[in-house]
Amino acid sequence: MLTAILVMAGIAIVLGAVLGYAALRYKVEGDPLVEKIDAILPQTQCGQCGYPGCKPYATAIAKGEADINKCPPGGEEGVKKLAELLGVEVKPLDAEPKPKAVAFIDENLCIGCTLCIQACPVDAILGAAKQMHTIIASECTGCELCVAPCPVDCISMVVLKEDLPHWKWKYPVFRIKQAA
Amino acid sequence: MRTLHRFPGGIHPEEHKAESSARPIHAPFIPNRLFIPMRQHIGQPAKPIVKVGDKVLKGQMIGQADGYVSTAVHASSSGVVTGIGLHAVAHPSGLPDLCITIDTDGHDTWTELQPLDWQSLDPAAVRGYVRDLGIAGLGGAVFPSSIKLDPKNQPIHTLILNGGECEPWITCDDRLMRERAEEVLQGARIMQHLLGAQTVIAGIEDNKPEAIAAMQAAAEKLGLQIEIAAMPTRYPGGGGKQITQTLTGLETPSGKLSTDIGVQVFNVGTAYALARAILHGEPLISRIVTVTGHVLGPQNYETLIGTPMGELVMHAGEREGTTGLIMGGPMMGFDVQPEAPVVKATNCVLVKSAELFPPKPRELPCIRCTECARVCPAQLQPQELYWFARAKNFGKAQEYNLFDCIECGCCSYVCPSHIPLVDYYRFAKSEIWAREKEKHAADIARERHEFRLFRLEREKKEKAERLAAKAQTKKAEAPTLTTDEQDAKKKLIAEALARAQAKKAGVAPKNTDNLTPEQCAEIAEIEARRARIREMAKKTIEPEKHL
Amino acid sequence: MTASTHTLPPNTSVTRVMTLVLACLMPGVLVYVWQFGWGIVINLVWASLLALGIEALALRLRGYPLKPFLTDGSAVVTAWLLALSIPPLAPWWMTLVGMIFAIGVAKHLYGGLGQNIFNPAMIGFAVLIISFPVQMTQWSAPLSLAGHAPNFTESLSLIFADTLPDGVNLDAIISATPLDTVRTGLMQQHTLDEIHGASRIFGQIGGVGSEWVAAAYLVGGIALWAFRIVPWQVPVAFLAGIWLTAGFLHWFDTGRYAAPWFQIAMPSSMLGAFFIATDPVSGSTTPKGRLIFGLGAGFLTVIIRAFGGYPDGVAFSILLMNLCVPLIDAWTQPRVFGTAKD
Repeated sequence: MLTAILVMAGIAIVLGAVLGYAALRYKVEGDPLVEKIDAILPQTQCGQCGYPGCKPYATAIAKGEADINKCPPGGEEGVKKLAELLGVEVKPLDAEPKPKAVAFIDENLCIGCTLCIQACPVDAILGAAKQMHTIIASECTGCELCVAPCPVDCISMVVLKEDLPHWKWKYPVFRIKQAA
Repeated sequence: MRTLHRFPGGIHPEEHKAESSARPIHAPFIPNRLFIPMRQHIGQPAKPIVKVGDKVLKGQMIGQADGYVSTAVHASSSGVVTGIGLHAVAHPSGLPDLCITIDTDGHDTWTELQPLDWQSLDPAAVRGYVRDLGIAGLGGAVFPSSIKLDPKNQPIHTLILNGGECEPWITCDDRLMRERAEEVLQGARIMQHLLGAQTVIAGIEDNKPEAIAAMQAAAEKLGLQIEIAAMPTRYPGGGGKQITQTLTGLETPSGKLSTDIGVQVFNVGTAYALARAILHGEPLISRIVTVTGHVLGPQNYETLIGTPMGELVMHAGEREGTTGLIMGGPMMGFDVQPEAPVVKATNCVLVKSAELFPPKPRELPCIRCTECARVCPAQLQPQELYWFARAKNFGKAQEYNLFDCIECGCCSYVCPSHIPLVDYYRFAKSEIWAREKEKHAADIARERHEFRLFRLEREKKEKAERLAAKAQTKKAEAPTLTTDEQDAKKKLIAEALARAQAKKAGVAPKNTDNLTPEQCAEIAEIEARRARIREMAKKTIEPEKHL
Repeated sequence: MTASTHTLPPNTSVTRVMTLVLACLMPGVLVYVWQFGWGIVINLVWASLLALGIEALALRLRGYPLKPFLTDGSAVVTAWLLALSIPPLAPWWMTLVGMIFAIGVAKHLYGGLGQNIFNPAMIGFAVLIISFPVQMTQWSAPLSLAGHAPNFTESLSLIFADTLPDGVNLDAIISATPLDTVRTGLMQQHTLDEIHGASRIFGQIGGVGSEWVAAAYLVGGIALWAFRIVPWQVPVAFLAGIWLTAGFLHWFDTGRYAAPWFQIAMPSSMLGAFFIATDPVSGSTTPKGRLIFGLGAGFLTVIIRAFGGYPDGVAFSILLMNLCVPLIDAWTQPRVFGTAKD
């Protein structure tokens, strides 16, 4: 009886030591989960989730404070990927996903106030005080954060139309179940 | 005799070559209106360098190569530029693209042509000319030839002239070799010179005995060391990787081009176009197009680039019961609108009818018979790829080498369940590309956002330091801003706001009003440049095809 | 506009594939009739009608269109394979039960054409041999040995009304198969030589009459290969698997284990090799995988015949190998053009 207890205790100590050593030896810097979640998020930095950017939202999800369905730009697919990563149920999106758009500044109206430049999370607006501003369309994430601060309402969102270079092959129509 | 090797897979459907190969190449005709797309080649579209209203001469450059992977575009006949804008083009999407419209004057006046002394010029200079003369691969992939003629780090030991023309119905290369073999071989000689290749082989499928004979005769006449090899007729024997294996036994590694193993493949039509360009100074403004299928007179037409395909079909004799046009052959071609113009890639306009091309029978579930795997020249497992693509399991599809698929269509052809397999692969490929682009954009956005946060933090710190320093030095001095001054500032802002709101309402002058004519012109120019840049920003990457 | 690749009219169809399979079964069926009488014809027709009926019902319930799937021929192929695997004079309700499990369960509950992981005919067979072992051993006697050769009407009433012709004993019509005879004899502690000496059922290589049926299946099977409907790997590997395993056992104990040629000459071996193990839907899809699949099925067939509780092992061995297909396929993916050679 005593031997058995001693053996069990011995095994426990050895295994505990191995685990403790492994934890130190293979320690991962930072929180890989946050990075993984952040990698799925679309990086629009729009704040529609209620957090000031994609990274904070990722951190909140990792901590279990935020739901996975708060990111409209990521769409249903983003939710699916997050659900897969975290091993939770897929939920319908909290809001309607919008078509992808970029901001456009009406340069005839712009007064050069720089408020939009300060609002842009990815520095995609070019301009200086009392100089006309313009959007660097290729860098714009379509977050709409510049629209509200503009005092003269000269920024509008232009929906990206499908054109030749951005055209995709469609999913073939599978006609098996249709009537003859 | 060269020992030929056998590439895996392949099919041999009905050839249907006799319909159009019997008659000689028809001389070009000048349509009233030409629509010349700026995007006729792989890579960056050409940049328009003419304005609406400009008079242009035949062979005059109207679009200039933009970037490394690009080539120039020329007016195919003389006339007036009447439009620069979106027009229907030959693309599977059916979407329009940027075209220059030329109303022809019927005189067909050539611009001044400058033949090139290619033997004494530096190869790099010759390549520059090739680019400015708009030469791109005429086998269908339209890859800019100037790039392919640059051996760079990889020495090219073998130059292959591709006269395979393996797709049914198409006979433009056949007729070209029969009638203009000498110029084809002269082009090959220039290519050999630029590439420094030791061996030149022309591979021609053995269903074109007249072309083989003509090429052999021309090679003898010119005294060239060019081997003319008759290859067994089997689709897709004219594919770049397939012809390389047939003639050299070399297997092109996955994800690479034959160039990477020292073999460069050019279509015979490209060699001909190169010869015309270098020896006569003629830019690529016309090509031979097979018009066949449901037409009265199936034949090969020398056709000006920009001729609407519908007009070309009318010339060949339109028939009752036409159900549509295909650009290219029945294996790899796609449906086009009749308004779409002939481009450098147009080797064939195939006119459909219900008898020749009945609607596809109903699709049934896959029964895993693996006929597709038997005929796949890339030795893929098409049935597995199909399941993955259908389930949108793109990771798995890539794992099973989706990107080695050359989209030849053999699998779809032999499928007893009539599944449009290639459509699934194309869908999966373009979905994967789109995702990669999105991921790339997200990575850039993340980087920019993080840099911005870092910058704000730094600015805050710097400001605090500055203020602290200032406070130290100016401790004794009076406060910097009086209330009056602050009020004045507020007033200024309020006034600006009012002005802006007035502007918006449209009553007050805009900041673009009361400009000098020079300023207006400058603005117009900037606007035009912006429009162009916006066009150009839309790059496209397409898989290279050699068929 | 929807772009679609390749506009060439197709040169084949599922219906063509299935029709060729049926055509290549015909030599076997004809020899069967010649050697064993009319029973098999009645059962083939009956099974085909049942298959189409159950298929139609299942399609209707699942909301699929009837015409393309009833005309694809796959249900009839399943029907023929099952009918050829069970005694030719099997009562009508046994065929019914078998077909319900084959088409209704094994095929449609798994998603219909192309989706079943098990060979439907073999599922039907397995259900029957487990549920009705006695009836499944009552095979028609070869006409040359039968005390009474039932004509068409007599066969019909035997199958559908369970009525024997006047004054004829059931034993005059039926007989055990050679495999069954061997098995029973061995259980009574006889040696193979004794068993062979005691029964007239054994022919030149296999069984009287049945060896000719096997030969006809072989001919049809080779035709099927020539039409490129079945790959060579599966039948060759299947027969090799039987031959090697049986050969080893026979060499080990000549008195207890039947000779390899005898095993191969069984109709079920040939039917299994060319027509059942080659079912593309439930079989392996890679060349190497097909060799493994065939070898494994052949090996298991002999093992089940020699040591198992049932007289024949073809059905169970194929079903067991069906189970392994996903793994075999994953392991044996062929080299893709242009990728490194292993």
